[in-house]
Amino acid sequence: MKDWRYWLAEQRGTLLAFGIFIVMFIIYTSNHPAGFTANVVQTASNKGVLLAFVAMAQTLVVITAGIDLSVGMIFLLTNCLASWLVIGTGIETAFGVVAVLGTGLLCGAINGAIVIYGRLQPIVATIATGAVYFGIALLLRPFPGGSVNEDLADALTGRLFGVVPASLVVLLAVVLVVWVPFSRSVLGRAAYAAGSSEMAAYMSGVPIRRGKFAAYALAGLLAAIGGLFLTFFTYTGEAAYASGNAYTLFSIAAVVLGGVSLFGGKGSAIGAIFGALAFRTIGDLLFVFDFDPLWQPLFQGVILLIAVSLGAFALFRVRNRLEWFL
Amino acid sequence: MDGAVPLFRMEGISKRYGGVRALEKAELSVTSGSIHAILGENGAGKSTLIKIMAGVVAPDEGRMMLDGSEVTFASPAAANQAGIVCIFQELSLVPELSVADNIVISDPPKRFGMIDRKAQRRIAEEALARAGAADIHPLALVKDLPLSRRQMVEIAKALARKPRILILDEATSALTAADVAKIFGVLKRLRSEGLALLYISHRMNEIAELADQCTVFRNGRNVASYAAGTKSDNEVVELMIGREYSHIFPPKPVRAPATAAPVLEARKLSWTDRLDNISLTVGAGEVVGLGGLDGQGQRELLLAFFGVLRGLSGQILIDGKPTTIASPAAARDDRIGMALIPEDRKTEGLMLPMTVRENLSFAALDRLSKAGIIDRAAEQRLIDDMVGLLAIKTAGLDIPVGALSGGNQQKVVIAKWLMRQPRIILLNDPTRGIDVGTKQELYQLMRKLADQGAAILFYSTDYDELIGCCDRVLVLYDGAVKRELVGAEITERALIASALNIHGEEMPVRGMAKTPARGADA
Repeated sequence: MKDWRYWLAEQRGTLLAFGIFIVMFIIYTSNHPAGFTANVVQTASNKGVLLAFVAMAQTLVVITAGIDLSVGMIFLLTNCLASWLVIGTGIETAFGVVAVLGTGLLCGAINGAIVIYGRLQPIVATIATGAVYFGIALLLRPFPGGSVNEDLADALTGRLFGVVPASLVVLLAVVLVVWVPFSRSVLGRAAYAAGSSEMAAYMSGVPIRRGKFAAYALAGLLAAIGGLFLTFFTYTGEAAYASGNAYTLFSIAAVVLGGVSLFGGKGSAIGAIFGALAFRTIGDLLFVFDFDPLWQPLFQGVILLIAVSLGAFALFRVRNRLEWFL
Repeated sequence: MDGAVPLFRMEGISKRYGGVRALEKAELSVTSGSIHAILGENGAGKSTLIKIMAGVVAPDEGRMMLDGSEVTFASPAAANQAGIVCIFQELSLVPELSVADNIVISDPPKRFGMIDRKAQRRIAEEALARAGAADIHPLALVKDLPLSRRQMVEIAKALARKPRILILDEATSALTAADVAKIFGVLKRLRSEGLALLYISHRMNEIAELADQCTVFRNGRNVASYAAGTKSDNEVVELMIGREYSHIFPPKPVRAPATAAPVLEARKLSWTDRLDNISLTVGAGEVVGLGGLDGQGQRELLLAFFGVLRGLSGQILIDGKPTTIASPAAARDDRIGMALIPEDRKTEGLMLPMTVRENLSFAALDRLSKAGIIDRAAEQRLIDDMVGLLAIKTAGLDIPVGALSGGNQQKVVIAKWLMRQPRIILLNDPTRGIDVGTKQELYQLMRKLADQGAAILFYSTDYDELIGCCDRVLVLYDGAVKRELVGAEITERALIASALNIHGEEMPVRGMAKTPARGADA
């Protein structure tokens, strides 16, 4: 009965990210003036899920051995779009939500089509499409503004039964509705196979193109869910270039923290979610210790380096040097 | 053919790659319930032929008939659908996925649109059992398995697809002797179940044991078809290479007892659980073989000498002096002068997308440069020497090395190291998957280098090579040297018996402590 050991080996990255997050979060709440209260958890959760959605999006593409530098811009574009459309009566709001999510899906599908059928390098293709998506966001919201259905926004950013943050529940629902079916479907396996060894996958008759296309398209959808939530938190739309770039880069950091291999074929969105939550908590640690906020980027970078090095410790135990390169 | 209707027929198949003619009006008939061996040198068109059958490449002309009606395959998946499954020489497994994931990868069992993991596990276990590899855990990741186990997974994967025609392309080249025996049993059973099997191998003894029908390819054409057993090995080899077949192995010189200290010596070398107290010597001008089943520590032993392993205990002596070899860079340094021809030329020996020229001069760049600048003229001279010496067939020095045939790629790997004029040459199964003609050239080269004073340590999975090439053979079992065979003692029987760690009755075991027999279950 060694099955559990194989399971453990497979989940190591995810568990490590979970561990880092728990440790960081305990340090955070135990030094927070208010302590471990529903309020503190709700605020942390609302900040964390934004990056979590974008990191999930990044995970899907990274699994195929690609990278999506446009996720942050899809996030902004859908935020700007939501600030126009997700408003009015229940029907109108619902229509707006569908339109926003559809736009995200379309953006992802365009990325996928360019990378797969246009055979462009993912890094170049998504830099270009990211610029286009930001351009559209800027046209939609040259200045910050707009509004959102506040009833819906408050419901999804509030608390259920007075304790559970609603945003966390939505995150869980998205995991169950998007990630779990994807990872267990033939398309999801094709995405993993393509990321690990595209040639072997092709020789085995795996639907590589459809798998990769699904990964890029769903990445767009997940980034749009993030964009939607951004609108719910801020009640406005804003085409903030720096913020979009930061989300793109942080999503890569979160993915790496979450044990997803940038070489493709390995890792899970669950790991990336914990990576994102941990990364956010690291950023907030300074506030509870009363440091100057100017220190935040530097501190975040140092912690990220340390966390990523944890994964590299295994190299010291390697006794066959050829394994360094695997 | 016994008048039976062929299950599958290829007629007038031609294929060109650029200006190179890979196949020219080739014909092939495959019958149910038989094993059909395809023979031919590398570049004879065998690979192209099976790639066409398996839907990987499309033929330029000609037609294929399955059950009497014409078929075309747009992709490997289409060929699979028609019941044609190929086990390729280049492994088609996805390393980051589990064994079970890989076995069902072409058509996973589904439940509510998602992959049914329980059913997948069951299918994988069945397939592994059918392939005689029930020892492989279905949840293990493929990348964690040694090459020989991966090959067994590959075979299980093919069986899980319920093929009508199964193509095996050098499928046994990475297998241990015990696995080969199991696979032969499986193949014979499949034949009796009515499958058509196409078997491609460079190992004549395997073909003699398995095949019902043989077809020889040469220069893109099928030159002869005959019932197995009606031609001698010499006749077959002549058909393949199209020239007189002389002695394949160069004669071994009579060696005078060594007076100088051995060039390479190991004393009580141990490393983790893979190497166990290994002591050996290799003198100047000597070819010492490493035998035994695959994965008994031979590869690790070569890596230990080459400075790749950490935490080694015991001593390595060069010219009788204890030496610490900290890295491959130190090993190749002139004081030691060591070269390692690796097992997997595609990942450890060559940078496939880079040119032949760049690959050739990689290991010798320090000698060819002054103050970090490469002396292009000196590089060119040395490269010309090597291309001539090894008769490397290439369309030019500036084409990617990946475009060369397997045999010529291997020559590039060897040439790259010969450019440093090494004194100690370690070879890790260098002839795997290369054609008879190239093998013969390599045997001669090896002996020539030894005659010039090199000390050669040669690991091979092919017993014929050990018998034909080596002055002495050390047989490894479970990380320890189990037997040393010298001169006329090196026979197939002695090699196999000691590889399986069976104590032969009339064969003395020299100088080795008796160990409890572990059986041949490795």
